[in-house]
Amino acid sequence: MEIQKFVKNFAAQFEETDAATFAVETKFRDIDEWSSLLALSIIAMVDEEYKVKIKGEDIKTSHTIEDLYNIVKSRF
Amino acid sequence: MYNPFTLAGKTIFITGASSGIGKAIAIECSKMGATVIISGRNIERLNETYCKLEGKGHLQFITDLCNSNKLKELVMVLPGLDGIVHCAGVADPLPFQFVNNEKLKHVFDVNFTAPTLLTQKLLKIKKVNKNASIVFVSSISGVFCSSIGGSVYSASKGAINGLAKGMALDLAPKSIRVNCVNPGMIQTNIFESGKISEEQLEVDVKRYPLKRYGRPEEVAYAVIYLLSDASKWVTGSNLLIDGGYTLL
Repeated sequence: MEIQKFVKNFAAQFEETDAATFAVETKFRDIDEWSSLLALSIIAMVDEEYKVKIKGEDIKTSHTIEDLYNIVKSRF
Repeated sequence: MYNPFTLAGKTIFITGASSGIGKAIAIECSKMGATVIISGRNIERLNETYCKLEGKGHLQFITDLCNSNKLKELVMVLPGLDGIVHCAGVADPLPFQFVNNEKLKHVFDVNFTAPTLLTQKLLKIKKVNKNASIVFVSSISGVFCSSIGGSVYSASKGAINGLAKGMALDLAPKSIRVNCVNPGMIQTNIFESGKISEEQLEVDVKRYPLKRYGRPEEVAYAVIYLLSDASKWVTGSNLLIDGGYTLL
């Protein structure tokens, strides 16, 4: 699995935030648009794209998109 | 002692009794004097419920109600019933955009199709006694409100709500009553997948006017009312148990 593609898949869940502003080091929970629905969407995206089950706690303990990528990669 | 809510002399079948609401209903029904028959998928957990039942003559069946052969086998061995409580259910939060055929089918198989076919088969071979009471554990979701990522779950519970009303009409000539209970969030492990974090649940609980989630026993008490002769003139109804959640 490739990190840039992960960032792209991550950004695709957002409606208002410009996809170009997402990067590996983006602290996603600081984004204005971040919400509980987006958290569920990220969990569902990871399940659909990578067949990996992550939990709400995994999102809570991740600061950057890379942190979450590493969790998903470790279970891939 | 005067007790219009007694279940003494009644045989009650409860699905999904290995955990949560189903477990509490089984235990409370036994305390009210019922002979209880429980089913569930997990041997250890179902047996844990079984060991907590008061009184004698109770039965337990490990089975997957979504497996049509196992469902047929179960229906054949069950005795005549005075009450059925459908508790087996799944809740898996999923934003609508990610719904697919497989996920839709899974939720509907467990929450809607299995309880529907189970009841139909029992009625067909006349194992539901005259004056029996059928109770579905529905939800506030899909009947009064919904939740983020709850579209499919709500749809399945809304479907049960419609089913129960139609069944209530069709079974009235047999004096069989059909009702739903509609709980808000109850302290169980239904969100064990962990998609909803503890933090999110802490925020959610504050939206309940009575400032806490419900306890499984508090759903059981409502079910006992609907199973007992105290509710003999109640059919096709929804009994809301939500700590005031849907008032706001």
